[in-house]
Amino acid sequence: MLAYILKRIAYAVPISIGVSVLCFSLVQLAPGDPLTLVISTDASQEAIDAAKQRYGLDQPLPVQYFIWLKNAVAGDLGQSIASGRPVAAEIGNATVYSLSLAFIASVIAFVLGCGMGVISGYTLGSMTDKLVSAIAISGVSIPHYWLGIVLVVLFSVNLNLLPAMGAGNSDEMDLWQRLRFMVLPAITLAAMPTGIITRSVRALVAEKLSEDFVTALAAKGLTRTQIFFHIVKNAAPTALAIVGVQMGYLMAGSILVETVFSWPGTGLLLNNAILNRDIPLLQGTILVLALFFVVLNLVVDIVHPLFDPRIKRA
Amino acid sequence: MTFVPPASPDIAVTFQSTGYWTGVMQRLKRDPVSIACLIILTLITLSAVFAPLIAPNDPSVGKVMLRLKPIGTEGYLLGGDELGRDMLTRLLYGGRLSLIMGVVPVVLALLIGGTLGVTAGFTGGFVSVIIMRTTDVFFAFPSVLLAVAIAGALGSGLGNTLLALTVVLIPPLVRVSESATTQVRSLDFVEAARASGAGSFSIIRVHILGNIMGPVLVYAFSLLSVSIIMAAGLSFIGLGAKPPTPEWGLMLNSLRGAIYSQPLIAAMPGVMIFIVSLSFNLLSDGLRSAMDVK
Repeated sequence: MLAYILKRIAYAVPISIGVSVLCFSLVQLAPGDPLTLVISTDASQEAIDAAKQRYGLDQPLPVQYFIWLKNAVAGDLGQSIASGRPVAAEIGNATVYSLSLAFIASVIAFVLGCGMGVISGYTLGSMTDKLVSAIAISGVSIPHYWLGIVLVVLFSVNLNLLPAMGAGNSDEMDLWQRLRFMVLPAITLAAMPTGIITRSVRALVAEKLSEDFVTALAAKGLTRTQIFFHIVKNAAPTALAIVGVQMGYLMAGSILVETVFSWPGTGLLLNNAILNRDIPLLQGTILVLALFFVVLNLVVDIVHPLFDPRIKRA
Repeated sequence: MTFVPPASPDIAVTFQSTGYWTGVMQRLKRDPVSIACLIILTLITLSAVFAPLIAPNDPSVGKVMLRLKPIGTEGYLLGGDELGRDMLTRLLYGGRLSLIMGVVPVVLALLIGGTLGVTAGFTGGFVSVIIMRTTDVFFAFPSVLLAVAIAGALGSGLGNTLLALTVVLIPPLVRVSESATTQVRSLDFVEAARASGAGSFSIIRVHILGNIMGPVLVYAFSLLSVSIIMAAGLSFIGLGAKPPTPEWGLMLNSLRGAIYSQPLIAAMPGVMIFIVSLSFNLLSDGLRSAMDVK
C-alpha cells in the first residue's frame, strides 16, 4: 500500500511541474510585452525597474520560469493589477467561498444523484426509470449559467424567497442567513454533477444487479432489503470516487455560476481578472485551482482502494 | 470494449448484405427519441444557415419604441431585446455563431487529437510517452478552467475562443484514440497484415482506423453538447463573441438586466442553448446504444 501511495505521489510531481509551466506560459501567451501585463500602466520608472528585476524579465525564459516558480512556492504570486493587492491574499479569501459552495453542491449532487441512480437502476425500463433518466440527461445538458438566471427569476424575483446575489455581509449573519445566500448558487452548481452521478450510479446498480452474486444472495434466502445493502456496498466506492473528482470540477468550473450570482469566490475573481485583463490574478488563480485539482485527484486515487480492495494498486 | 460488435443473428439474417454502418442506421431509425433530436437539430441548423432569408428583421438594427416589448408584439413575434432589436431574428442569427463555436472545436480536436492518439498508440515507446505525458498535464486542468485560462490570456475574440476550446477538447480525444489503438494493435489480424507485408500506413488506414473509427466518433459526438455549453458560456462571461454580434451566450448576458421586467425574453437564448445541447446528448446516447458501444 505504501509503495502504491509513494508511486502515485511521485506521478503527481511531474504533473504539477507541467501545470506550473502551463500557467507560467499564460503570460507569454497573452499579447503584448510581459512587463505591461504584470505592472499597471501608470507605474513609476522605479517600480518598472523593480518589477523587471523581480521577475527577471531581462533573463532568458527558463530562468524567468524558475524565478517565477521560486516566488510562487514561497507564496508570492505577484500583485493584482486592478487592486494592487497581492494575488495570494485575494485568492485566499475567495478560496474559502468557492470551497464552501463546491462542498455544499457536492453534497446535494451526491445525495440526489445516488438516490435517483439507485431508484432508476432498480426499476430499469419502468416509467420511474424513464423520468429519472430524463431529469439526469437534462441536468447534464442544461447550461448552468442559464439555470441560475431562471432560479433567480423564480425564487428571488417572483417568490421573493431567497437572495439573488452576493454572499451577504458575513460578519453580522448567523449560519442560517449565510446558508440562505448559498441555496440558489449551490443548486445551480449541483445540476450537472447530479446528472452525471445519477447516470453513473444507475449503470452501476444495473450492472451489479445482473451479477452472479446477487442471484447467489437471493438463493441463499436474503430479503430484498438485505440484497440492497450488498448492492450499495458494492457500488458505493465507485460513486464516492466520482463525487470526489466532481468536487474538483465544481471548485474550478464554478466561474460561470459565481458570475451569475456575484458569489465572491475564485470564479468571480477569474471573471474580474478577465474583464480587467489582470494577467497576474488570472495566472495565480488558475495555478491554485489546477493544483487543487491535482491534489484532489491524488487523494481520490489514494483513498479509493482503501474502500474498494478490488482495485489493483498498479 | 468491443470494436466491431458482432451482429446479432436476426440482424445478420435480415440484412445479410448490409454493412455495419447500415445496421447502425437501421437501429437508429427505430429510436423515436433520436429521430426527434435529429429533426430538431436539422431544423435549427437550417434556420441558422438561412437566417438572412427567413429572418423578419435586421439583427443589428433596434427600434427604441420596441425595447423589451413582450412576446407577440406586432412585427416582433418573440418580442424585442434590450436595444429594441427583434428577438426572433437575433435567435435565428445567433444560432450561426453558437453552432459554429460549438461544433468546429470538436471537429478540429478530433482531427488533431485523433492523429496524436493513433500515433502514440501505434508507435508506442518514446513518442507515445511524450504525447501521453503532455496530455496528462492538460488533463490536470478541469476543462472549463483550461478554456478560461487560455481564452482569458489571449483576450476575447472568436478565434481565441475557438483555439481555447479546441485545446481543451484535444486531450480526451488523444486518450480515447490512444487506448483504442493500443488494443487493436495487439490483435492477431494486425500481426497477420504485417506478416503479409502491409506497411505501417496501410495497417493504420485499413485495420486501425477501420476499427477505432466507430467508438472514437461516438465519443467525439458526445463532446458536442459540452462544447456548445462551454462556447456559449465563454461568450457569456465576455470571452468569444462581442456585441452587437448575435450569439446565444452573449445575448443571455446582455439580457440579464431584463430578468425583472421581461423574464421570458431574457430566458430565451438559454432555452436555445439547452435545446441544442439536450438534443446532442440524447442523440449521442441513441447513437451509442445503436452502435453497441459501452
